[in-house]
Amino acid sequence: MKFDNSQPIYMQIIDEFKKGIIRAELKAGDKIPSQREYAQMVKVNPNTVQRAYREMENLGMVETLRGQGTFVRAGEDKRQEMAQEMANTIIEQFISQMRSLGYEDRTILAMLEKHLEDLEEDEEVDRV
Amino acid sequence: MIEFRQVSKRFGSVVALDGVDIHFPQGSICGLFGPNGAGKSTIMKLITGINYPDQGEVMVRGAAPKAQRQLVAYLPEVDHLYPWWKLAQAARFMSAFYPDWDESRYKGLLSFLQLDEQMVIGKISKGQRAKAKLLLVLSRRAPYLLLDEPFSGIDLLTREEIANALIEGYREGEQTMIISTHEIDEVESLVDRVVFIEQGRIQLQDDAEQLRLKRNQSLVEIMKEVFRNGSQQV
Repeated sequence: MKFDNSQPIYMQIIDEFKKGIIRAELKAGDKIPSQREYAQMVKVNPNTVQRAYREMENLGMVETLRGQGTFVRAGEDKRQEMAQEMANTIIEQFISQMRSLGYEDRTILAMLEKHLEDLEEDEEVDRV
Repeated sequence: MIEFRQVSKRFGSVVALDGVDIHFPQGSICGLFGPNGAGKSTIMKLITGINYPDQGEVMVRGAAPKAQRQLVAYLPEVDHLYPWWKLAQAARFMSAFYPDWDESRYKGLLSFLQLDEQMVIGKISKGQRAKAKLLLVLSRRAPYLLLDEPFSGIDLLTREEIANALIEGYREGEQTMIISTHEIDEVESLVDRVVFIEQGRIQLQDDAEQLRLKRNQSLVEIMKEVFRNGSQQV
């Protein structure tokens, strides 16, 4: 995976795993790579990976069992909670960026609806 | 942990370091960034005990560098291996000289870096020679690892191999690594601590992730900003 070097890398690692859990690609009980394997896979400082894993444990996303490895812990409740949280963050960012451009809330909503409609049409055309 | 306290160093009329305080935390991978002639190599040489400070003190794990030489593995920027040596001879020399030589690690890295023990050092390409130097340094289980410009003049593919070998061989917590380089791009995700130096003075030192969080910038961008008024090298 490619990281955005202007953002903390350990946070991006956490987000990657969050997305995996939210999309249900990673389910409770699934084993994830060891810290060392992961560091080599994504070519990142092992200390940074260690930081991300520790934080994921604190967040209740994963747990490390001595001698066995690191496993996804998040169940369905946790998955929904994380999905909601991530969606909120994205929406908040979107709103604040649009507002900073000077758009009024009503206009933002109208533009969003229009955009979604257009996308839907495009997708229908693709299907035909 | 390596500590510089108010260290100054002159070479004739040239001030290489001008009263610098630097902290290299235990177990971190530190990037030492700065233009040519900024003082990077001088810092390395002070840590190895090859040079002495004119003023101030350098401490390696609480003692003077000269007493800690066995703890430090150093990859100098210049070619320091005899060109007529085969890689195997260089390895035998190193293993006799350093008690922390790890033969199984050497064998592992040899194949990881796709090097051949029968290669003659003076006859291989620049990239292969860089890998050979790195192999010999990483085959020691030294707690302190100093790499002076490990990427300079080396092609992209080989740079990647070197970066991979560094991650592969790194032992979290116990090993402290200092990498001096111009090619910040190459080490963005490799370093967790950065020191920016220019004209013998420290411009900035911090945790890499903290810097990204505070400034929303990559290390390359931060470097450009820090050195904006400095030399044109960056």
